[in-house]
Amino acid sequence: MTTHVTPVRTYVLVFLVLITLTISTVLISRIELGVYNFVVALTIAVIKASLVVWFFMHVNRSSSLTRLFVFAGLFWLAILLVFVLSDYASRGWLPGPQWL
Amino acid sequence: MADTNVTIPEHIPELRHHFDDTAQQYESSTLGMWVFLLTEIMFFGGMFGGYTVYRNLYPAAFASTSRFMNVALGGTNTAVLICSSLTMALAVRSAQLGAKKMLILFLVCTLALGCVFLGIKYVEYHEKWVDHHIPGPGFHFDQPRFQRQAQILFFLYFAMTGMHALHMIVGVGLLTTLIIMASRNKFSAEWYTPVDIIGLYWHFVDIVWIFLFPLLYLIGNH
Repeated sequence: MTTHVTPVRTYVLVFLVLITLTISTVLISRIELGVYNFVVALTIAVIKASLVVWFFMHVNRSSSLTRLFVFAGLFWLAILLVFVLSDYASRGWLPGPQWL
Repeated sequence: MADTNVTIPEHIPELRHHFDDTAQQYESSTLGMWVFLLTEIMFFGGMFGGYTVYRNLYPAAFASTSRFMNVALGGTNTAVLICSSLTMALAVRSAQLGAKKMLILFLVCTLALGCVFLGIKYVEYHEKWVDHHIPGPGFHFDQPRFQRQAQILFFLYFAMTGMHALHMIVGVGLLTTLIIMASRNKFSAEWYTPVDIIGLYWHFVDIVWIFLFPLLYLIGNH
């Protein structure tokens, strides 16, 4: 068995990107963008989470089986959120399509 | 960027008899940890689902409530957690290389940053206590029309950050165990599985916070 050791440079680079994204999400949240405030904040959060999963949690080096499990987890989370929201929305309990 | 490769012998004392070789044992440990993390995704997912529903029901109340979240402290805590994720990743790297001193150093850094996070969280909770922002009979909110709806966001805030803080406390305990094990020479370049899977746990807790921060602190910031 061979272990791949990721160079320190990669980790530090990912770290710097994560800090930059954190600062930008705070700064962007101060600007009034309407519904896009939410879209931008969540997009940045998803990018940050993906960087952590891909580099810090070594999914970039893990087996296809592990990747499948990671994907399955996210897929089930999507089922949870989409079905709950569609249930509420189809009953007219949520105020219109501006749920973003 | 040239990667370093560490070759591990196929049979080591830590290899359990029901595995063919170290690669298979390592794969099973990682996969098992990921399965646990999937249950954690679903656990936090339920709370994020509740948040989504109530936020859509009461967008105005949530936006005005969110202004009472301390963005400076929350942002600092985000940075603290990202730093701790870096030190954890470097701790795993040191374990892979069999560098015991560096491993302990980075684990202690991660532990210290985890404690800083919990300390800042305590300051925030105390602030909420002083401002009567704890849901219940003593709850007080400046805008009376949002008195009831604002409690829901503060309830979600305490439930989600509270469960996250509980995971941090568990993580602090796990890191302490790792430091003790490392100082007793339990780990080598051939076997460091506990460091690896607790690293996965620590990064997962970081990811939960990456989502909690914008959703709770930043929705009414503009």
